[in-house]
Amino acid sequence: MTSEARPPFPPPVPTEDNQPFWDALREGRLVVQECAECAHLVHPPRPMCPECGSFEKGWREMSGRGEVYSYVVTHQAIHPSFSGHTPYATALVRLEEGPLLTTNLTDIAHDEIAIGMPVQVEFVAIGDGITLPLFRRA
Amino acid sequence: MPSPLTNRVAIAGVGETDYSRESGRSEMMLALQAIKAALDDAGIAPAEVDGLMTWRVDNTSEAEIAANLGVKDLAWFGDINQAGNVGAALVAHASAAIVAGLANVVVIYRGMNGRSGARYGRGEVTGRRGQGGSAFTEPFGLLTPQHGLAMTARRRMHEFGTTSRQFGYVAVSEREHALRNPRATFYGKSLSIEDHQESRLIVDPFHLYDCCLETDGGGALVLVSAERARDLRQPPALIRAAAQAGYARDREFIDTAAASLAPRFWAQAEVAPSEVDVAQIYDHFAPFVVFALEDYGFVERGQGGPFVEGGGIRAEGGTLPVNTSGGHLSEAYLQGMNQLIEGVRQVRGQSTAQVADCHLSFVDTGIGTGALLLERAS
Repeated sequence: MTSEARPPFPPPVPTEDNQPFWDALREGRLVVQECAECAHLVHPPRPMCPECGSFEKGWREMSGRGEVYSYVVTHQAIHPSFSGHTPYATALVRLEEGPLLTTNLTDIAHDEIAIGMPVQVEFVAIGDGITLPLFRRA
Repeated sequence: MPSPLTNRVAIAGVGETDYSRESGRSEMMLALQAIKAALDDAGIAPAEVDGLMTWRVDNTSEAEIAANLGVKDLAWFGDINQAGNVGAALVAHASAAIVAGLANVVVIYRGMNGRSGARYGRGEVTGRRGQGGSAFTEPFGLLTPQHGLAMTARRRMHEFGTTSRQFGYVAVSEREHALRNPRATFYGKSLSIEDHQESRLIVDPFHLYDCCLETDGGGALVLVSAERARDLRQPPALIRAAAQAGYARDREFIDTAAASLAPRFWAQAEVAPSEVDVAQIYDHFAPFVVFALEDYGFVERGQGGPFVEGGGIRAEGGTLPVNTSGGHLSEAYLQGMNQLIEGVRQVRGQSTAQVADCHLSFVDTGIGTGALLLERAS
């Protein structure tokens, strides 16, 4: 899937709490927030570790491998700007390190998506310095 | 030891407007018409109201309502954030205030032009333009509440083998109930399981008839102490239990909030799920009635689908009739308010699909975000 073919979904608005996640994607790396005290992986990123209460954090690079955990296919244009862009699929991918990521699948037809399907990250620039982590068949 | 809340407060009045697709009047007017009807139902004068509560997403402030009712001293007010799913939570807050002596007559109201005004199924209404936590969902096309819920539905279908056809029996059963309710949007319009299965997909796995209505309308409840309620016009619906639950843990898209709430709720009520006579369950989407039945412990996990398919939630012959007014799928989508009203009608013996000898009436308004158990006064 090229960025031109994507429906006009709202781009993410990075904040102080998650900027390193988006910075890494631009460099072609998928990272997840890791607690500096207890090594718990936290996604989406947030100020405090829900396991130990620490504010200290690092960013651990993921392998980019995972599997489809759940998915939905949107048939109705639920936003005026999505007209002509349906149906589209959105998936939850379970990374092999554990976290769940919301994403799109780039090369899999809607009727072929299945829970448990192995997938691999790919990095798709959508403009304005934003790169999204999308997934293709592994 | 009984909860200090148990049967100390009652819902003494209920009121609603007509339900339509275009009310032709303001949301404030809808709220006020419902409040007036609820106060008349109870036999309480508007000026006696000293507490007002509503959904954070309601557009009419407590101060505006108070200015219409002629309230002299508004002793208790507030709203609850989240979404449409806070109705029973509001009842819990209002009950606590009455037990604590902070207010005497609390009105909970909701007035919404949910079809002709802001529509909750629309991304331009619920979307957050990629800000905050939505930065991790909206860039991938998830913009409305149904999206996250559909993810849970798909995962649970995978885990427990529940089918779309079984979800369809929720819609079909509720439609049967609506056929007995002249207030219902779908009064006079029957629905078959084939109609459900052949209806278009909205967000797969949700078909059109899995989705709630969009409604213009208003509803209101009047809460007073159980003692006061004894002398009013209607048989009181005693609040035997009222509690809420939010999400604390990271979501796995399997458990609903009802999984957290259930043990605490049934302990507070000192009742087993099997003792409940009738239930109203927040059916924003039909599959979640099945999940609520499982997560509240009315049936085992994985048994919700077969239970609804076997007629378990039908008013006609079911062991636990559910959404007896037609619910959000077939009566109206008033974000739990119409189900709270129906829960009260059941313990009063006034439902259009009345359950015989109804003592305990359960109401969930968000698959665990809040629940009530109403008891008929002896």
